[in-house]
This record gives sequence, C-alpha cells and structure tokens, in this order.
Amino acid sequence: MAVRTEPFVLNMGPVHPSTHGVFRMRATLDGEVVVDIEPVFGYLHRGIEKLTEQRTYNGIVPLTDRLDYISSMSNNLAYCLAVEKLAGIKVPERAEYIRVIIAELQRIAALLIAVGAFLNDCGAYFTPFLYMFREREKIVDLFEMVSGQRLTYNYMRVGGVSQDLPEEFMPALRKFMDKMPHYMDEYDQLLMQNEILIARAKGVGILSGEQAINCSASGPVLRASGVNWDIRKADPYSIYDRFDFDIPTQTTGDCYDRYRQRVDEMRQSLRIIQQAIEQLPSGPVRAEVPHLVRPLVGEAYARLEAPKGELGFYLVSDNSIAPYRCHIRPPSLINLTALRDMVRGWKVADLIIIFGSIDITVGEIDR
Amino acid sequence: MEIEPARKYIYSDTELDREEGQVIEDLKAQSQQPIPDPDQWLGEELEQNILLTTVDALINWGRRSSLWTAICFPACCAFEMIAANGPRFDLARFGMEILRASPRQADLMITAGTLTWKMAPNVRRIYNQIAEPKWVIAMGACAISGGIFASAEYAVVPGYNRIIPVDVYIPGCPPRPEALIYGIQMLQKKIARRKNIDVRKLLER
Amino acid sequence: MTVSLSGKEVASKIEEKFSGSVVESSAENLVIKSDRVLDVARFLKETDGLDFDYLNFVTAVDRYDHFEVVYLLSSLEHNHSLMIKARCYDRENPALPSVVDVWQGADFQEREIYDLFGIKFEGHPNMKRIFLWDGFDGHPLRKDYI
Repeated sequence: MAVRTEPFVLNMGPVHPSTHGVFRMRATLDGEVVVDIEPVFGYLHRGIEKLTEQRTYNGIVPLTDRLDYISSMSNNLAYCLAVEKLAGIKVPERAEYIRVIIAELQRIAALLIAVGAFLNDCGAYFTPFLYMFREREKIVDLFEMVSGQRLTYNYMRVGGVSQDLPEEFMPALRKFMDKMPHYMDEYDQLLMQNEILIARAKGVGILSGEQAINCSASGPVLRASGVNWDIRKADPYSIYDRFDFDIPTQTTGDCYDRYRQRVDEMRQSLRIIQQAIEQLPSGPVRAEVPHLVRPLVGEAYARLEAPKGELGFYLVSDNSIAPYRCHIRPPSLINLTALRDMVRGWKVADLIIIFGSIDITVGEIDR
Repeated sequence: MEIEPARKYIYSDTELDREEGQVIEDLKAQSQQPIPDPDQWLGEELEQNILLTTVDALINWGRRSSLWTAICFPACCAFEMIAANGPRFDLARFGMEILRASPRQADLMITAGTLTWKMAPNVRRIYNQIAEPKWVIAMGACAISGGIFASAEYAVVPGYNRIIPVDVYIPGCPPRPEALIYGIQMLQKKIARRKNIDVRKLLER
Repeated sequence: MTVSLSGKEVASKIEEKFSGSVVESSAENLVIKSDRVLDVARFLKETDGLDFDYLNFVTAVDRYDHFEVVYLLSSLEHNHSLMIKARCYDRENPALPSVVDVWQGADFQEREIYDLFGIKFEGHPNMKRIFLWDGFDGHPLRKDYI
C-alpha cells in the first residue's frame, strides 16, 4: 500500500533562541529534509534611508552606527569614506592610521561574535560564546577609552576622527596585542579539531565559487568558497596598500570552512594592527572641514571590507546640507540570496547551522 | 511519495501574506493611545496602609530573586543585554541567567530594541503567552519613545507602551549593562511591595 | 586598484551589437533604454574582455520627474567596474525588466526597490513587498510620500 505524504510548511518565527535577531524563515519540509525555504524580513525596518534625507552629513554618523550594530566603527568609516569621496576631502595621516587600527580591532570584535554565535548554533550553547565575550570586553574597553561608548560609537567624522587617542590607549592596546595570540591558540586547541564540530559542520551547506559570485556574496562567505577577492587588496581604500598581510581562502565552501576563514582573518587583522602601531605618526586628527558639509552636485560610491562583507554607501548630492539619496549596500542581505541553494536537501538542524555560518545582523538587512 | 519538483524560486501564499498584513493594520488602528502603566495596585496598597504579611514578603522575595526572561531582542540593545549576561556584568548573581525562548517559563520580558509595526503583533502574542504575574522592562530609547527613529512614523511604533503595559523604563542608547542592572533592581523593589494575599478577604470568609 | 571603465568605450561596444539602446554616455555616466536592460546585461556578462559577472548593487533614485535605477557591475577577473543607469518616466506604474536570470544577487534588491519606490520588475519570480507588510499603502522612499 502506498503512503501518500505532503510537504509541510514550518515557520521559524521572528523570535527564536539564537542571537541573530528577528528573522523569519518559512521552510517547506518533506519529513525532516528541507525542500524549499523563504526568508521573511522587515521586522526591523526603521526607515534609515529615508531618515538620512532629513539630516546633515555629519548628523548621519549616529544613524550608521545602528546598521550593523556589532561593528559600528566599520559602518561609520564606510560612510565617511563616501562623503570624503563625494566632497573631495583629504584626511590627515594620523587620522588614517587611527582609522586602520580601530577598523581592524572592530573586525576582530565582530568576528568573535560571529564565531561565538555559530558555535552556539552548533550546540555548544553559551560556553565558547562567553569565552569570545571575554575578549570582546577588552576590545570594547579600548573603544570606550576612545569614544566614550560601548556599542554605538559615533567616532568617525567627515574628514577624520572626532578626537585623538588618549594617553592610556597605547599601553592598553599593547597589552591586548601581547595576550591575544595566546587566546586564539587556546580557542584553536579547544575547537578546531573538535569531533562534534567537524561532524556537524564539515561538508554541510556547500556553496561553490561560481554560485557565490552569481549571488553577489562577499566577505568571508565568498572567500571560504575559494574566490580570492578582498577589497583591501583589490581596491585599497584609506592606506591599506602600505601594510603587508595575506588573504586566506579555503577550498570547499562548507560551514567548517566559513568558521575557519573567520578565525584566519582574525589573525591577519592582528598583523595589520601590529604594523600600524609601529608606523603611527603624529599630527592633526581631523581635516579642516566646515561643520555643515555641502558637496557639489554629483554622486559617489565608496566601499569597504566590513567584517560581514562589502559594505558600501552610494550617495547622491544636490548641493545642500543633507544628501539627496543615500543607499546602503548591505552585505548581510546580499549574502542571504545564497541561502536557498545552500540549504536544499539538508535537515532542519543543518538549516540552523548553515544560516548561522552566513552570519547576518538584522539591523543591516532591514535598515 | 509525491511531491512537486522544487521550483526555481519560491512563491508563498498571497492570501497568507494578505491576512498577516491585515492583522498588522488592525493592530495599528487600535494602538493609537499608549496603554497606561500598571501602577494601580501600588497606589491602592499605600492608601490602605496595610503592612504586608510575612507570607507576602516571602512570596515576593521568591518572585523577585529569580526572574526569568522571555526573549524579545530585536536590535542593538540586545547586545548590551547579552553583555549583561556575560562574564563581566554577571546577571546570574541575581538569579536571572535563564534566557530561554519559551514564554511559558518566563515572568519578565525585557524589550531590547526598536519595535516596528510589522513586529508588533508578534510581541503582543508573546506577552499574552507569559503567565501571570508578569512584568515588562522597556530598555533603551527606542523602547521608550521610538528613539532616534521616531520620525520614521510609517514603520516604527513610538514606544512599547502602545502595545503592552510597561513597568520600568531604562533610558540610554544603548543603556550600559550597569544601567540595566539598576533598572532590574528597581523592578525588584517594585515587586517587593506587591500585595499577593488580601488578609481582610481571607478573614471575612 | 579597480578601474572604473569609461562610459563612452562601453557605449560604443553596446551600440555595435544592439543599436539604439544607449540614451546618453559620458566618462562617468552610461544610460541605457529601459526596455533593453536585459539584453545589454546579458551582453555585458558574456562578452570576453568585459566579463561583468558580479553585480555590486541595484538601487533607485527618485528624481522628481523620473526614476533612475542604478546598477554597479564589476568583473573579479579583470578588476574593473561599470555603473549603468536606466530611466523610467512613468510615475503611476513604473516597470523595468528584471535581471535576476543574469545575476541572481539582484533577487532581494529588486524586491526592495518595488517595496520602497513602486517600480515593478517584469520577469522577477516573486515580486512582493519585502520590508513592509502586504496592504501597506504607498511607497515610502518616494519624494512625495509624507
């Protein structure tokens, strides 16, 4: 006797026990195997692009903090690069070096959370997450010395940074740089060859190189699939062409590779920070820019290698104190176009891991 | 077993989407006024000037010392909440280390993040599922009044108290974990003054 | 460094294959006729020497009398990029062909443009609102939305 079955639509609602935020997936299941998936978002759509049309150029910097709230400094920097490209402002040397140090520290902090959340999804509940948080608290202390805030820093300005590094910053940074490689070795020892992680993540959710390019993926997702493309090397912004660092890539493009990619990138960031500390000059930290910036009519697109991928700002100006249109290219949203192809044929538990390995922040998807 | 072949892209039922949209529009039309804060029982008790019984004090001590949170973490304040649970600002010393997703096991809802009209019916549903007695802490500027996004009125709810009654408001954008702990301590003081057993009614019977 | 290709050279190549599709071209600007966008997109992806296989973003700008849809393409192999625009003069029911079959990355971005501006993309398999709910009245990012 033949048994007839039907596909079942499961709703993984906007509120779910992982740290990724309000994100909803409607999965069509055949038993336990995922046949189709539809992501539904918009639960955090706050209208940031509309709000930018009503604020001055410098006043938009706090709004950009709230986009990808785990790596606020990168968002600020991307926006400031776009305005400087539009208005033709040159940034002083010391400000460039400070920006590089801060951006790479921010990359380490954001990748720590990404790795911690991925391991949380794999089932190691909160233990590695709390270890990563211990390191992140040290970085957040450094940022608090510099900007006064713990999460949404509002530190970069058009033409430089808002204030100079205080005296206690450099000794604290050196102390952090001495200890961090030991912590990274400790994590590797505990996690890299862990049997459960390998059994759950190796071979799961494979994304091939051509598919990643077709889906416009960027960042660690693209590099873990074998494509050697990093904006810091391909299209260097700020002063990244003066530093010596490698771009790690992986071969297969499964979840384990994406995890490994993020860990490798953290090590390269440490190299960059070390070189930047040695070369740091003295001087002003902000260009002589009027408070109400008024660029000429035109448009500009500036992009940056954020911890999640390629974050870009497309600004259109009509010679007034507020932008005419500001479009944000969100890496998390565009990396999600690959989710459907990665997930089909796997089980529900693998769906959670694959989704966690893409690493999204809902504030950036919904803007 | 018959299943239709996976289509190249997804369609979902448009009727389903339209129903969900209708729910959101209805809730938006109903929520034009803020819900008043639940302070009535506090005022009554002070007027009657009856001291709490020892049983009351015991029950209140039990309730306030192990508040379990239901998850409602839209946006950035969520990370300060998680940092408050982390190793440095330890919320487990207040008995609050449980962050499970089930509202049935919770008695506190810390709303950490901006509320949009699309999310509002879901928040109301989770609030309804939490068993009495329940409390709500509005964390951050977006939860109090819409915050920095309040001018985007087409999508952002101006404060959680349009949808659910709020007990404690914590300002900040985002509030530091120490501020969150201070807010939780204020809530604990509020719970300590709650009258659970009405002695007069018991004696009347 | 990524070289951004000049609009004029690419315009001459496009004109050879599909005549009449380029509306205006200059060093920074290349505007294509709105109904020819799909053909030009395929041509740009498949021609040797151009090889634009990576779509950076798709967005729209509301310029009072028309909508302008902007595409930024790049080639990872040759490390060059190009910005293309297409104009849409209809305010009531604007429509453009969709490029999802050429670059799948345009999927969610075109839905976003439909949601916030109202421009429909023909040939998109799932043209629905993405950020706002079904039944929302209006398109918020238009200049005449209050």
